[in-house]
Amino acid sequence: MRKRTLGFVALGAAASIFLSACGGGDSTGGDGGGEGAGFNAAENSVVNASDQTGGTLRYAIQDDFDSVDPGDTYYGFSWNFSRYYARTLLAYNPEPGENATDLVPDTAAGMPEPNEDFTEWTVEIKEGLKYEDGSEITAQDIKYGIIRGDFNGGSLVHGPSYFAQKLDADPDFNVYESSDPLGEFDAIETPDDHTLVFHLKESFSEFPNILIMPQTAPVPVDADTGALYQQHVMSSGPYKFDGDYEPGVKLHLVRNEEWDAESDPIRTALPDRVEVEIGVNQDEIDERLVNGELDVDLGGTGVGPAMHSRLAGDESERPNIDNLYSGALRYVNIHTPVIEDVACRQAIMYAANRDSMHRAWGGELGGDIATNLIPPQIPGSDPESDLYPSEDNKGDLDSAREKLEECGEEDGFETVIAAREGREKDVDTAEALQNALAEVGIEASIELYPASDFYGQYAGSQDFVRENNIGLSVSGWIPDWPTGYGFAQAITDGRAIVETGNYNMAELDDPEINELWDRSMQTEDPDERADIYAKIDTLVMEQAAILPVIFDRAMFYRSPELTNVYFQPGYAMYDYMALGVDRG
Amino acid sequence: MAGHGGSDNRSLRQIAWQRLKRDKVAMVSGVVVALLILAAILAPLLTKWFGYPPTEYHQDLVDPSTRLPFKDPENPYDEFGYAITDPWGGISSDHWLGVEPTTGRDLLSRLLHGAQISLLVAFLSTLVCVGLGTVLGIIAGYKGGWVDTLISRAMDIFLAFPLMLFAIALVGVIPDGLLGLTGNGLRIGVIVFIIGFFNWPYIARIVRGQTLSLREREFVEAARSLGAGNRHILVKEILPNLITPILVYSTLLIPTNILFEAALSFLGVGINPPTPSWGKMLSEAIPFYQNGPYFVVFPGLAIFITVLAFNLFGDGLRDAFDPKTSD
Repeated sequence: MRKRTLGFVALGAAASIFLSACGGGDSTGGDGGGEGAGFNAAENSVVNASDQTGGTLRYAIQDDFDSVDPGDTYYGFSWNFSRYYARTLLAYNPEPGENATDLVPDTAAGMPEPNEDFTEWTVEIKEGLKYEDGSEITAQDIKYGIIRGDFNGGSLVHGPSYFAQKLDADPDFNVYESSDPLGEFDAIETPDDHTLVFHLKESFSEFPNILIMPQTAPVPVDADTGALYQQHVMSSGPYKFDGDYEPGVKLHLVRNEEWDAESDPIRTALPDRVEVEIGVNQDEIDERLVNGELDVDLGGTGVGPAMHSRLAGDESERPNIDNLYSGALRYVNIHTPVIEDVACRQAIMYAANRDSMHRAWGGELGGDIATNLIPPQIPGSDPESDLYPSEDNKGDLDSAREKLEECGEEDGFETVIAAREGREKDVDTAEALQNALAEVGIEASIELYPASDFYGQYAGSQDFVRENNIGLSVSGWIPDWPTGYGFAQAITDGRAIVETGNYNMAELDDPEINELWDRSMQTEDPDERADIYAKIDTLVMEQAAILPVIFDRAMFYRSPELTNVYFQPGYAMYDYMALGVDRG
Repeated sequence: MAGHGGSDNRSLRQIAWQRLKRDKVAMVSGVVVALLILAAILAPLLTKWFGYPPTEYHQDLVDPSTRLPFKDPENPYDEFGYAITDPWGGISSDHWLGVEPTTGRDLLSRLLHGAQISLLVAFLSTLVCVGLGTVLGIIAGYKGGWVDTLISRAMDIFLAFPLMLFAIALVGVIPDGLLGLTGNGLRIGVIVFIIGFFNWPYIARIVRGQTLSLREREFVEAARSLGAGNRHILVKEILPNLITPILVYSTLLIPTNILFEAALSFLGVGINPPTPSWGKMLSEAIPFYQNGPYFVVFPGLAIFITVLAFNLFGDGLRDAFDPKTSD
């Protein structure tokens, strides 16, 4: 899981795409303002399609960026936003709906080509791309951006480390200690100025998915100032920094005249200016958003609890609301080393009152009751499948009792539910589960642990879980990229189990599942991979290692002054690269 | 030999009781305090006879999306399918103070059970304060010299401690078991310890001041000249004369500690769910303050009334014992 509120995004289509996309659905014309476009209108259509340029697009956010350096960031909103000034090799398809998470080239000239066993990938990049200072972007710059992002001796701490995990390179290589990093680092080769060849340790059929990460933005070797680079990033996109980034205060962007719209199918670049106000309280952001004093909540996790409660009860605001998948599954781990007998675990699956847990997350508006592992927006998901059905989802106590008998605990047993302190909905989930399990004699007590060390020292620590009889723990997972592998491998692959900081908290180690993960990485066809993921999903449910609770939804307030609004499920927020404003 | 101080005291208490009886505010507060304590102790019985267990869900009374109680659970939705909820919803002959959002748990029952935790923590931590404060204060005042200096400086240090921050940090690192306590027992123990251990200097200062003047009094001199030891003088001569200020001060310390416990559980470092506590109920109500103010009002009122009652009663007690108060 992304530990932070990562969301994915993609964006950007040319005007023609907007026009065609806005033909259907409930989207309104390009006038802006006035009546809202309709509940969830931005899910499958472009709301307020327009090619009108100009104006200032106003963002605000409560918590700061981890970093605005494209090589050093792991927040979803930051991946989405950084594309204003940092072009990546690939990007999500800039259109709403079903194909939104397909990958398309950005700086790449075409899609990456793998070798036979998916251990070597070749990417050509476009010619004639320029930085804000007019100098040309080369394959070497992209290689440098990647290696400084992942091989930096710990001086850039925030970003993901997929390249370090997957590239066939010395993990201790340090770009800042090497006198000739481009020459010495040979896991990425640049045979000419426009070709990149990646050498991987093992088969990885989903490699293109990590080429959308901002670490693949070009960075000129001479411009790199390490951790200070974020003060002023050398722009390759349609906007450049206007003054320095001031952490905790602001980030302002103006047009980058060197950017060539012809080369870029991803970005509309409609506004003349983009401004981000940092450190604004969430409640204030929500108020200003609804009052039209702000265009977008940059964080992209939806409105805060106070506004959520207000909007949920206000029918007149419904047309301005998009209530869409956050990408996350909220679930309860059933720790297999603590509740060893699979029938005992299945008893829990049956006894759980899903309706009650669903309410902890806010019912319909909070999300969809989950009966399987892989979220509905990901290929291979079958949200209809349900191995533990019950009437109105309130739990099947008879089957639960049968299962308890089968595992020799007909009177129930005692266990502990671990949840994160301060995560109100997690705690509510634990309480609802506790209540339901008591019906079949399973006495669960709830223990709360600090959220920051939940994985490191508590529910993700093998010793701690065993010593404290923690049979259940409440957690959640957001994928780094929207495929079955990107979502579920880390939480269900037996080889991913570690002593502490364990994300496969249930410690599920099933040879069949492990083997399927390996096979998926050697399967090229995405549809075939989706079939494998569907099979894994079923196996995990059979093993009763994960009790799915909800595919949760975030509530976005869609300002009527925004144009070209649509939801990018890859980032689980609006596609920032498409947005414009019309103050009409 | 203790007779001198003792008889003086008794008559003072009789006078004080006379005064207290005439102080209507104090008497009413006293009755409220007594009722509160009674209600807290009897909470399990009261809810068993008249209501619902504090952890019993009534989700049929609550709209899943807004999480607020339906205005009329029989007809929950309007013709467009939107829930009809009521800010004061859920209040009925079954649920006198309504029900909690999301879960539909009975609010009155949770308030009563919450009182158990609040009062238990407040009393126990006051006990710790008084115990530590009296012992250290009396030693400092009686011994004087370097012992006094040492204890007085320790008091200054403790008073300068950022107590709230420390409490949050400490509750965060509670081990899973200590001295045979686990779970909520342990959490209550830790909170009591923190509040008690860091609030003793207030009471110690008062005790020290009193002791300083008492040790020079004639009856103490007399006891000493008759050959009484330090221990005898402290316990039999001085301590009985301290009972009154300690009693008064304890009554005023209890509401402070109630607020402290509420603040801690408001910040999420209290006891584990599903056990209710007032501070936690308050913090859970915050997201609903616009649409469901009732949920903030009731726990808020409970804290307010309790703290006020204890304070007024403590004030009355102090006035009654104060020799300067005119009859």
